[in-house]
Amino acid sequence: MNVPNERFILKVEGLTVSFDGFKAVDDLSFYVEPNECRVIIGPNGAGKTTVLDLICGRTRATSGSVTFKDKELLAMREDQIVHAGVGRKFQTPSVYEDLTVFENLELSYPKGHGVFGALAFRRDDAVRSRIQEIAETIFLEDLLDEKAAFLSHGQKQWLEIGMLLIQDPELLMLDEPVAGMSVAERKKTAELLRRIIEDRSVIVIEHDMGFVADIATRVTVLHQGKTLSEGSMERVQNDPKVIEVYLGH
Amino acid sequence: MKSAFLSRSELIGFAILALVIFIVLPMALDSFRLNLFGKYLTYAFVAVGLVLCWGAGGILSLGQGVFFGLGGYCMAMFLKLEASTPENTSIQSTPGIPDFMDWNQLTELPLWWQPFHSLAFSLFAVVAVPVFFAFIIGVAMFKRRVGGVYFAIITQAFAAILTILIIGQQGYTGGVNGITDLRTLLGWDIRTDEAKEVLYFVNGALLFVVLFIAQFVRKSKLGRLLIAMRDQEDRVRFSGYDVASFKIFIFCLGAAFAGIGGAMFTLQVGFMSPTLVGIVPSIEMVIFCAVGGRLSILGAVYGALLVNWAKTSLSESFPELWLLGLGGLFIAVVMLFPNGLAGIWTEQIEPRLKALFAPSSKTKATSQSTPAE
Repeated sequence: MNVPNERFILKVEGLTVSFDGFKAVDDLSFYVEPNECRVIIGPNGAGKTTVLDLICGRTRATSGSVTFKDKELLAMREDQIVHAGVGRKFQTPSVYEDLTVFENLELSYPKGHGVFGALAFRRDDAVRSRIQEIAETIFLEDLLDEKAAFLSHGQKQWLEIGMLLIQDPELLMLDEPVAGMSVAERKKTAELLRRIIEDRSVIVIEHDMGFVADIATRVTVLHQGKTLSEGSMERVQNDPKVIEVYLGH
Repeated sequence: MKSAFLSRSELIGFAILALVIFIVLPMALDSFRLNLFGKYLTYAFVAVGLVLCWGAGGILSLGQGVFFGLGGYCMAMFLKLEASTPENTSIQSTPGIPDFMDWNQLTELPLWWQPFHSLAFSLFAVVAVPVFFAFIIGVAMFKRRVGGVYFAIITQAFAAILTILIIGQQGYTGGVNGITDLRTLLGWDIRTDEAKEVLYFVNGALLFVVLFIAQFVRKSKLGRLLIAMRDQEDRVRFSGYDVASFKIFIFCLGAAFAGIGGAMFTLQVGFMSPTLVGIVPSIEMVIFCAVGGRLSILGAVYGALLVNWAKTSLSESFPELWLLGLGGLFIAVVMLFPNGLAGIWTEQIEPRLKALFAPSSKTKATSQSTPAE
């Protein structure tokens, strides 16, 4: 494939992972442009979460290549991928329950990430004001001293989104960010996500079609580890193959 | 403010412990019992290290005896060489080498024993040797993401290996008897009551240095990261931290603490042997920490004191019951008081004390705002 480098921030080419012979992701290729919001949809077991796991280094690929700004991610450690500018939100909210909201955000602040850096790390005004700013964005400014364990499900999701925002990644990957939320929380989250996807590239896995139509630049439909269809929401929705395996249900 | 090095209640806790160690115990005990408590306190070094590794970081090591022993042996080697002057050992076939070497037909001091003629080197080794081995084990395990019970079992295997090695190489290590008959430190006789009292206070002071280091680590961002790693290791990794290097660091720090404790044990008790290194003592060390409260560095000190004191008293009267009692204690702590003595303090006693004192002091300050209570 002769695709010019500079156009895409992320290039996934021939990505394959095989678990004991079962190919969860099979020769998958797709390209993400700067500031694009790519939504991945597909039935259960299509390999959506596995694709994110492969990009962020949580699962090791069997073959293929993932290039982010000309860096080969498949050869890098998870924390190096993060420092390259890729952020990942998990499907179930992953926050540190024994720590306060403030401390959760502080640990994600991009400073003092080595052992001795962490020992020497000081809460200066820059840190405080950045955490305050993020907390306001994610609707948690009044709960900074609350332990994360006491937050509601939706608030935990916002906190994890906030932990990613403070890293300021160029590519943000979100796995079902509105799953399990109440209608009111869902609305607030949609508004939050619309705001934060503006100046970065985003890959989102989501089932809520209304939400997808709202945010997606392009949609990729996965089925059995392969691309079934790709394009604008309108085009994908009218694709007979997609209707058959996914939307028709 | 929360970020202060010591909160008010922690400051009080440190002050009470200092009172107990430096005033109450020395006043209340004769020098024999004081020396026993000095011995118990050497285990507190290990327990404090375990609070950081296990309580905060979730890394359970069942092999801390290895590091305690390595520190203790480094100290013992220096003291043994000092005790083995040609005059003291003139009846040996090779005078001037440690007695156990002579018994095992060694005719000269092995090369790796030579540096232990120097006190400076030996003191350095007391910390450096345990840290070196902890680093090797840490890199081998944590870089491969070995954790949880697997890590615990492997560290236990290391405790067994070191014991077997020491016993098997008796010409070099003193074998099952250990290194005994230690006499002087730079000419100062460490066997007198007076010397033992001095060593008790040195031990107490060092314990406080270790406690302050532990407190500093806990209050730093690294301390919060350890808790975060215990709860959500993947999230920490995907926040851009190399989790393994933090685990290696805290494991090495725990080993350094244990090594200092081991060296102080050798100085105060006057010998070092493989029975203090193996699986059973390593597990006992975890029990000290669990009983004291694995989240509290001060609790760990009390745990080490209390369990060892109970061990001495009980095994003096009912030697065969002690191990059963210890096992029962561990089960009771895990089932009933998962946060140990420190947990009983913060969950049961402290709220009651507050309830007892708070109303009278609060009514003065905020009497008009709390009419309902």
